[in-house]
Amino acid sequence: MSEIERWWDVMPAPFESQPSSFIAMLNRAAPQSIAGTIGGGTLPASLKDQLVDGTTVLAVVAKGGVVVAGDRRATAGHLISRGDMRKVFPADDWSAVAISGAAGPAMELAKIFATELEHYEKVEGEPLSLEGKSNKLASMVRAHFPLALQGLVVVPLFAGVERATGAAQIFEYDPVGGRYVATDQAAAGSGSLAARSTLKRLADGDAPISTAVSTALEALIVAAEEDAATGGPDMIRRIYPIVAVIDDDGYRELDASEVATNVEDVIDRRRR
Amino acid sequence: MATPFYVAPEQMMKDRADYARKGIARGRALIAVEYADGVVFVSENPSRSLHKTSEIYDRIAFAAVGRYNEFESLRVAGIRLADVKGYQYAREDVTAKPLANAYSQALGAIFMGDSKPYEVELLIAQVNGADTATELYHILYDGSIVDEHQFVAIGGDTEPLTAALEERWRPDLELADAVAVAKHSLEAVGGSPLSAGAIEVSGLDSGRARRRFFRLRDEALRTVLEAD
Repeated sequence: MSEIERWWDVMPAPFESQPSSFIAMLNRAAPQSIAGTIGGGTLPASLKDQLVDGTTVLAVVAKGGVVVAGDRRATAGHLISRGDMRKVFPADDWSAVAISGAAGPAMELAKIFATELEHYEKVEGEPLSLEGKSNKLASMVRAHFPLALQGLVVVPLFAGVERATGAAQIFEYDPVGGRYVATDQAAAGSGSLAARSTLKRLADGDAPISTAVSTALEALIVAAEEDAATGGPDMIRRIYPIVAVIDDDGYRELDASEVATNVEDVIDRRRR
Repeated sequence: MATPFYVAPEQMMKDRADYARKGIARGRALIAVEYADGVVFVSENPSRSLHKTSEIYDRIAFAAVGRYNEFESLRVAGIRLADVKGYQYAREDVTAKPLANAYSQALGAIFMGDSKPYEVELLIAQVNGADTATELYHILYDGSIVDEHQFVAIGGDTEPLTAALEERWRPDLELADAVAVAKHSLEAVGGSPLSAGAIEVSGLDSGRARRRFFRLRDEALRTVLEAD
């Protein structure tokens, strides 16, 4: 039973802890509905091969905004399990969360994080600050630690624009919930090493958004060349990386045709 | 040993209802008006941060009059119920009717069981899209629930306000006209003109993407009031 059983379970009590947190409320009112975080020993190898892994995601700061992108491949053991996976999600209107690692728990993390931010905004009447959102995500990764010990590692990447100042920022995480402020670019997942080398070379915080989009796509293409678990643009089925832009107008995703044009430009530059 | 007083149930209910009604009538009224794209709430409220209306979910909004601390906890409880449901099922499964029922149950139980009834009246609205009617549920202090249409006034002075609204309301109003209808009705009954700083305007616009709730503040509110 995961329903809330009695209406008074959701009535706020005076001075209750974290009155604006969705997760804290769910833990109080319907604790069964949150996935257990108590570890059950190590995962057997047969199960481990069936786990779906999401791979490379990255973010690049540009002038007046930030670009977040992810490839579309998911792997299970040595197999490619999906070619059209979504790893970039809107966290709210002004930020995005990108996920790498065990796909099931990672997508759940993105979903409950978005619910948490919206819940806070509705209860308080004001959204959290960008730093507040990034800290909340860190505590959620930390709470996931028992499952990470079993091999279900989840590493998100968080980026957004602070509404009050218009400043764009990227936050990186490690599997135990460590939170790091990135300077102007970051990558996570199996292809991140290769992606980083390109990002380091090309990322420029003062460049326009369009340049950051092309930098992000080039880094993903390089990562796909170096890392077996990262998928390049699928020109046959027209499946392209998901590219999200967050700027003064908030979160938006480039449509597939726009990404395709950018991908072709990047490929043309690299063709010899 | 003192014998406990016997109070007839009829008398007890009447006392409680009188108490709640008096508390609610002391406050300022709130008006909900259906317009072409949804529903708009207009109330006299000089505070810029202590609102009487709130977003509950994508298509659902909350409006209340009466005691602030009481309707504030009901508002938060509503957001919690809606968010849990949307998280566990799907966003489109969150609808106004079960929420209105939950409020009705809660207020009914408090009216009968607690030492004093809540001095609040609530409106739960839901917009469904261009061609489907807006749902508007009016929940009273004792848990009774009324399905409203076109317009409704809650709080104090409801009778003269309803008469004033009846005179002015027409189907398919534009937003600015709907706000004007509500504002003029409040002014006609209150007897004094209301400035942009003295009223709270918010509502649901079915033309918006995903989260339909909107609140008109400062410049946006002045523009709508000047269009009249």
